[in-house]
Amino acid sequence: MSTTLWIIIAGAIATYLTRVGGHLVISRFENIHPRVEAGLNAVPAAVLTTLVAPAALSAGPAEWAALVVTALASLRGGLMAMFLAGTAVLILARQFVG
Amino acid sequence: MAVEAISEGSAKSDFWDGVRLSMPVVVASAPFALLFGAIAVDNGFSVLEAFLMSALVFGGASQMVGIELFGQHVAPWLIVLSIFAVNFRHVLYSAGLGRRISHWPVIQQALGYFIMTDPQYAVAEARAASGKAVGFVWYLGLGLPVYVFWVVESALGAVFGKLIPDTHALGIDFLLPIYFLGLVLGFRKRPLWLPVVMASAVASIIAYKTVGSPWHVSIGAVAGMLLAVILPPHHSGVGERP
Repeated sequence: MSTTLWIIIAGAIATYLTRVGGHLVISRFENIHPRVEAGLNAVPAAVLTTLVAPAALSAGPAEWAALVVTALASLRGGLMAMFLAGTAVLILARQFVG
Repeated sequence: MAVEAISEGSAKSDFWDGVRLSMPVVVASAPFALLFGAIAVDNGFSVLEAFLMSALVFGGASQMVGIELFGQHVAPWLIVLSIFAVNFRHVLYSAGLGRRISHWPVIQQALGYFIMTDPQYAVAEARAASGKAVGFVWYLGLGLPVYVFWVVESALGAVFGKLIPDTHALGIDFLLPIYFLGLVLGFRKRPLWLPVVMASAVASIIAYKTVGSPWHVSIGAVAGMLLAVILPPHHSGVGERP
């Protein structure tokens, strides 16, 4: 079996563990330590930020414009609106600055 | 006989109730499924592998992260760990949903957790909060269309992605940072959001420049989490639901 297939299967098992794990493990405890809960709450923003910040730093004007517009769109719309606004600006800007 | 007919009828209407609620989710996730397929192929996945990942993992953001790291030739164990990390929020959903569905037969529960996504959890919690029972048939009506469309559209995106001649002009290589920024901003109502984002951004950039990719992901993520753990609990507002 290829490495890719192993990654997919292991990723699927890891994902299923998160989906069933909370019920199996956490519901057995009376309560979670507040600091652990605070750490868990921070996980999504912390992980996702690391995928944006370095990419933004090494990008150019077209990409920066797209990210700024994405952030501005977040003040008004949901994920879909942000994504579409950012993408539109990226495609448009790349026609001019490559 | 009559009782059977009635319960069958109400199960049917429960199912379609769920399907109706699934429609906004199906529409909103369609572009991301197509995008995932296209990016997966762009990063070296075959169409079958893109299809399999969507069918088995069924978690949009984590699939995007996995594909991105795969394209950067990151070590397989770190890709799997990252998928786990991105999906870790499900642990909290799972603990919450458990209170609603623990009366289902075990097989149904096992399936229920498999199709549990952010909107699936949110809509089920909303139904429970309105005083209605979260039944298996209704839950399946809500989740099944999302799953089927997600998998089919991923495969379509993978097939279509191969046909895109100039991925740079269409911005495909930078769509993920935009998507991830959108997700990050979506969490901005959470306590400690700005400090966590700042810590992760600074740490990941420093790590990217010094240690190098892919370690900037883990280092940056740990920095943000540690900050949330270290700061006094009253800042982090725990006790409220995220």
